[in-house]
Amino acid sequence: MANLELDAMDVVQYDVLKEIGNIGAGNATTALATMLQVKVDMKVPKVALLDFQELPEILGGAENIIVGILLTLSGNIDGMMMFVLERDAAHSMVNMLMGQDVPLDAEFSEMEASALQEIGNIITGAYLSSLSNLTQMSINASIPYIAIDMAGAILSVPAIEFGKIGDKALLIQTEFGEKDTQVNGFFILIPTLDSYNAILTSLGL
Amino acid sequence: MGKMIKVGMADLNLCQAPDAITTLGLGSCVGVVLYDANTKIAGLVHVMLPDSTKIKNNENIAKFADTGIDEMVRRVVQAGASRTALKAKIAGGAQMFAFSSENDLLRVGARNVEAVKDKLAGLRIPIIAEDTGNSYGRTIEFYPETSELLIKAVGKSIYVI
Repeated sequence: MANLELDAMDVVQYDVLKEIGNIGAGNATTALATMLQVKVDMKVPKVALLDFQELPEILGGAENIIVGILLTLSGNIDGMMMFVLERDAAHSMVNMLMGQDVPLDAEFSEMEASALQEIGNIITGAYLSSLSNLTQMSINASIPYIAIDMAGAILSVPAIEFGKIGDKALLIQTEFGEKDTQVNGFFILIPTLDSYNAILTSLGL
Repeated sequence: MGKMIKVGMADLNLCQAPDAITTLGLGSCVGVVLYDANTKIAGLVHVMLPDSTKIKNNENIAKFADTGIDEMVRRVVQAGASRTALKAKIAGGAQMFAFSSENDLLRVGARNVEAVKDKLAGLRIPIIAEDTGNSYGRTIEFYPETSELLIKAVGKSIYVI
């Protein structure tokens, strides 16, 4: 059984977690590109162990307004999966999907929020099913929950979960983006510490 | 105009007029301000979890309602505030995602608020004003000069409690 200590991860463990981000986000990005009929690039995943103070910085600072779609995970892997978009990007994606031209700084209508939830559902589903295939573990995801608010406030939800076991959060973050069409955002996988161990063990570490 | 002192998540700090103290983007966490209106000394703690005794890894005392508030009292009194004059203003404890189920982690905002209130009641520190619950994030700024707590939320005008 792998025994992951948040403060003492070795290079191999980092690399494996990065590869999980790569495979998961790769599938999710493909699903997104298919859905929106645009090309969507993906960056190299980051596996980061962050202090709570640093956490909002990955999303442009505590007061940056973002769209967060969150699913809680249960089964063999416990934790949370987040799909995060800048407000502008969320609007352009909904515009593309719904064939409309709503200004990027407008409020989100109920219909648009539910479209975003559905986008989040499909592409996090693609992420999680590839993770499930890779590890041969069952992962049950909740329905997607959406919040449009300050990054600090949204991230407080996963931070609190991590707060129960330590003072840092370990996350696998993958940025995707398409310069021309403004489709960009993040996938963030935040398993619990036990689940990290289970994932690593399932992969033979 | 003094400077603005920032308090991060699971963190605490002190401030004295003319300075002010702030914490950004409070979600389900609770910002607890303790102040003495006479000496104009105040402290702010950004509480993440209700109870340190239920958590194994509890070295960071600012993270919990019970130990965080105890420490805040100790620090403001040490800085010259009167223990008996201490008052509190609290904000935060939102439920950021509209979870429908009984899932426990979702109600952590409400539980944080409850724990903060219990702790303050136990210490006989009156809560003069609060802006807690609901489903939106808040940035708060406290001005010891006037004992005003300013609250900013997305899509709402700034208000003072």
